[in-house]
Amino acid sequence: MTQLTDLGVKAIRDGVAAGEFSAREVAEAFNANVAAAKDLNAFIVATPEKALEAAAKVDADRAAGEPLASMAGVPIGMKDLFATKGVQTTAASHILDHFIPEYESAVSQKLWDAGAGMLGKLNMDQFAMGSSNETSFYGNVISPWRRKDGGNAPLAPGGSSGGSSTAVSARLCPAATGTDTGGSIRQPAAFTGICGIKPTYGRCSRWGIVAFASSLDQAGPMARSVEDCAIMLGAMAGFDPKDSTSLDMPVPDWAGALNADLRGKRVGIPREYRMDGMDAEIAASWDQGVAWLKDAGAEVVDISLPHTKYALPAYYIVAPAEASSNLARYDGVRYGLREMPERANLQEMYAATRAAGFGDEVKRRILIGTYVLSAGFYDAYYTQAMKVRTLIQRDFAAAFERCDVILAPTAPSAAFALGEKSDDPIAMYLNDVFAVPASLAGLPAMSVPAGLNSEGLPLGLQIIGKTFDEQGVLDAGLAIEQRAGFAARPERWW
Amino acid sequence: MSVDRKTVAKIASLARIEMDGDALDRMVPEFNNILAWVEQLGEVDTSGVEPMTAVIPQALRLRDDVVDADPLTGGGIRDKVLANAPAPEHGFFGVPKVIE
Repeated sequence: MTQLTDLGVKAIRDGVAAGEFSAREVAEAFNANVAAAKDLNAFIVATPEKALEAAAKVDADRAAGEPLASMAGVPIGMKDLFATKGVQTTAASHILDHFIPEYESAVSQKLWDAGAGMLGKLNMDQFAMGSSNETSFYGNVISPWRRKDGGNAPLAPGGSSGGSSTAVSARLCPAATGTDTGGSIRQPAAFTGICGIKPTYGRCSRWGIVAFASSLDQAGPMARSVEDCAIMLGAMAGFDPKDSTSLDMPVPDWAGALNADLRGKRVGIPREYRMDGMDAEIAASWDQGVAWLKDAGAEVVDISLPHTKYALPAYYIVAPAEASSNLARYDGVRYGLREMPERANLQEMYAATRAAGFGDEVKRRILIGTYVLSAGFYDAYYTQAMKVRTLIQRDFAAAFERCDVILAPTAPSAAFALGEKSDDPIAMYLNDVFAVPASLAGLPAMSVPAGLNSEGLPLGLQIIGKTFDEQGVLDAGLAIEQRAGFAARPERWW
Repeated sequence: MSVDRKTVAKIASLARIEMDGDALDRMVPEFNNILAWVEQLGEVDTSGVEPMTAVIPQALRLRDDVVDADPLTGGGIRDKVLANAPAPEHGFFGVPKVIE
């Protein structure tokens, strides 16, 4: 018999509905995998009782003949950026020590309402700032993947949703939530051979998600198939009056409308993404992706996104600026850590608390953000970056006159070793070079596994779609998934 | 443009992050590397370009002008608001003395 923990979202939901196994059996199987995988450090807090409680409800509903919702019986991992009522939520930062929310985030509530259960809170880069999961106060997450050179160097699971990518890839959960500010769903998905989609900005409510850069932050699902992502995104998305940028529009039935027939569709290949010194294996997998989409019936067109090289520097002004403002709330007064040196006054208490509570990368970004927003520098840095952001959005608008979706690599390399880039912030930032432009323009984008490189590590392909066209992104993702036939999985060593 | 130790110390003070001498010594070169890198944006001709104000254009909604329009974000939940405070006192947030 197939192991329950090898099943994805759809297979579990359908199996529970058909009575092939109970939701309780599924929850128990995943709880056991979570408990046995401490070496991966994917979870900050495990909540096996929550998973069992949700499963019991689903099993009881089924026994009573009640209708089952779209995620009924599916236990998931919850990134620790989502406030979960009664369960510690820290954004992987010391400054949120012992924070137990009194409320549930909009997205997690929707998932519970859809019948999902919580296996635990997933580790991540502190405040979602990082691309390797090395900035967490709770320690590095280790990728379940290893290079096939026998060296066993611990590899980065990507970031910031590194606990999510590791947990899904290692079969600790069939799916997990992620959040993407500048690639934090797509890059970790690519590094670990799974799928992940960031929807159009505003599709998923930000209410109850610890804020990093509010004009960029979007939640999305991470799972092992395109269809599982479509099902879970359907459960996460939807209008929320509590988020002023929430999109007030219906949620389409993405999963029901999935269609890998791309005849009549045009796929744009942005020439600026083919950068000097590009990794040959990344270039080859991109070419393979083009061939797959042609095989699915799409027409391939050459497009230009002229301001691509300015996207990352613009992002590293806009995101820190917003972060410096958002993170001003951590003051040692209302929640989380308080550092109270002898005879400190209020200002000294703030400064001591923030010095002790924030990690180095978070401090770097707060300082950069404070600087670019400070008197005399605002126009030169922040206003200029927001003008460049307008130009990047115009680039995409012009390109989408000529194509329906864009195909590009997700990341410039396969997973790197932990420690390899952690001393050089800019080298780390460059990892998001292909992911950040779509974030700045608020566009839906997803990563799907394309294959393994010569080291035996997964490579991802990225599909970027028009505003509101998650369907086009998922459809092209499905066409790639069907042709890539990606079945590789990390060999268990943990 | 490169910034000196004094400027970084001033920024840290504005951001209310205490930094000792060692922390400043580490931060100054990192700060300057990042600034030098983002300064390539100066190459872009943005004359006549409006800065982005909303990534997806939409009208800002107003909530109903009534008390507790949304029970989740309304009033009357003092104990919940204080539940995570490090030093609550008499139903308020406690802070170090601010008036001598």
